[in-house]
Amino acid sequence: MKVLVGVKRVIDYNVRPRVKADGSGVDLANVKMSMNPFDEIAVEEAVRLKEKGVASEIVVVSVGPAKAVDTLRTALAMGADRGILVQTDEPVEPLAVAKLFHAIAQEEAPGLVILGKQAIDDDSNQTGQMLAALWGRGQGTFASAVAIEGDAVTVTREVDGGLETLKLSLPAVVTTDLRLNEPRFASLPNIMKARSKPVATKAPADFGVDITPRLKTLSVAEPAPRKAGVKVESVDALVEKLKELGVA
Amino acid sequence: MKVLVWAEHDNAALKDATLSAVTAGGQLGEVTLLVAGAACAAVADAGAKVAGVSAVLLADDAVYGAGLAENVAPLVAGIMGEFDAFVAPATTTGKNIAPRVAALLDVMQISDILTVEGPKSFTRPIYAGNAIATVESSDAKLVITARATGFAKAAREGGSASVSPVSGSGDAGLSSFVSAQVAVSERPELTSAKVVVSGGRALKDAQTFADTLYPLADRLNAAVGASRAAVDAGFVPNDYQVGQTGKIVAPEVYIAVGISGAIQHLAGMKDSKTIIAINKDPDAPIMQVADLALTADLFTAVPELVSKLA
Ligand SMILES: Cc1cc2nc3c(=O)[nH]c(=O)nc-3n(C[C@H](O)[C@H](O)[C@H](O)COP(=O)(O)OP(=O)(O)OC[C@H]3O[C@@H](n4cnc5c(N)ncnc54)[C@H](O)[C@@H]3O)c2cc1C
Repeated sequence: MKVLVGVKRVIDYNVRPRVKADGSGVDLANVKMSMNPFDEIAVEEAVRLKEKGVASEIVVVSVGPAKAVDTLRTALAMGADRGILVQTDEPVEPLAVAKLFHAIAQEEAPGLVILGKQAIDDDSNQTGQMLAALWGRGQGTFASAVAIEGDAVTVTREVDGGLETLKLSLPAVVTTDLRLNEPRFASLPNIMKARSKPVATKAPADFGVDITPRLKTLSVAEPAPRKAGVKVESVDALVEKLKELGVA
Repeated sequence: MKVLVWAEHDNAALKDATLSAVTAGGQLGEVTLLVAGAACAAVADAGAKVAGVSAVLLADDAVYGAGLAENVAPLVAGIMGEFDAFVAPATTTGKNIAPRVAALLDVMQISDILTVEGPKSFTRPIYAGNAIATVESSDAKLVITARATGFAKAAREGGSASVSPVSGSGDAGLSSFVSAQVAVSERPELTSAKVVVSGGRALKDAQTFADTLYPLADRLNAAVGASRAAVDAGFVPNDYQVGQTGKIVAPEVYIAVGISGAIQHLAGMKDSKTIIAINKDPDAPIMQVADLALTADLFTAVPELVSKLA
């Protein structure tokens, strides 16, 4: 079974984002960029499926600027087999990404698509669900466990009330949550090997997908700052405060 | 504008998250509530009484009982022919279903809105809430998830809507429900509690977490939350996680114990009215955002606090 995995190049999760002075967006110049952490979990899951003999080939796809090839190389170093870069410098919304993945899924005919549940830049949490809708397949979102059994996949999902387990017929779309696995670090030999793995570069137009944004960003602002707090010197002082607040 | 609002429920009771979505939808236009489930007529009756709801549609069918997105999304998309906007609460249910509806309608969803700025424009947090974007949709219809902390709850009484049945295409044949592991707790629900006590990695293990924090939560009638580190380490289940990728809370009082205050955690609680932090490191980021910061070892401070609150 072929597994298709999506990887997005985003601001590194350790970097504190800064809003540009002109309010047009977040300043990404000279900022460390990395693979979206949920996508690392997606790649790891695919590699584990391959190690178990369930997956035969792992194809990683990134939609983004030329630099996104670095993100694909990271995935290849973790164990993916080949990459597809859908190159564009334009902002691409989840709906357009889902359409591109749908086109690729039709070409590649994977048994399973694994995406991160959200990207830590726009925090949309949409692409996997949209792909599943367009492709007419089942979706196992926010997964903390994935098990392939014959022509179905059992997905345990992290939901507000606890955990929920669903069974989906394959092919299906899974989106990862934090507890699915702990992604490996690529070893140096694997990073070297990844350099010679194939990466195909395409354009959105190659798939006939119109990526014109549907949403217009009117402005981007810093959230309202909290007013400075005070130090409390003792537990007694804290008890007083809790009483003042009417909760104790 | 005609607005269809998704009712969140467990086939027996209407969840609070629905009430915030009704308020968000009401700022756009006339609200019709969709109750999709199995043997859920009681939920529709409760929905009909919510202030601001002008009609209720009830899709009562076994195929909707587990809220499977594959079955529910086509139902919603079908009904959307007569509506201009679909609003779901930004819960795990809403986040699962709404994008599937949006794609079926060829609409770009607007996730997690905080405010309604105009008929097509909204604010929403991006980059873990470190920036707030104002966006305007150019789509013919709107598909939205609304963050509960951004909208007051509509009153559960005051409405008198009529309930009419609606049906969809049934089972898509793609998915089935296997099981649920639902945590039952006597404590208030995390996203609607007045007081939240949260613990982090410093709580060591599940036993220490429970022994240290539950007595404090009991004294304050508080819900219990946690950082990702505490959930990953198995101190508490996943549904306790507060943050960018967990639950968003905004209680009257949030008490962070042994939590450093990573941006991903702050994203889930920084709209709390009063933030209290107990940490042995005075320079921890949480101590900078806290209204009240106590620099102390939690293993002495928390038991002392519990005894003095008795
Ligand atoms: C993609 C992604 C998503 C994430 N989503 C979330 C999320 O939704 N929610 C979330 O919380 N995190 C999230 N994180 C993780 C986040 O980056 C931090 O790693 C995490 O919040 C740290 O948890 P912590 O504060 O409990 O642990 P630590 O950062 O280790 O902090 C422990 C704190 O305890 C204090 N301490 C230790 N001993 C004592 C003592 N005896 N008395 C008092 N204080 C003590 C220390 O001074 C320290 O400040 C995410 C990370 C990624 C990459």
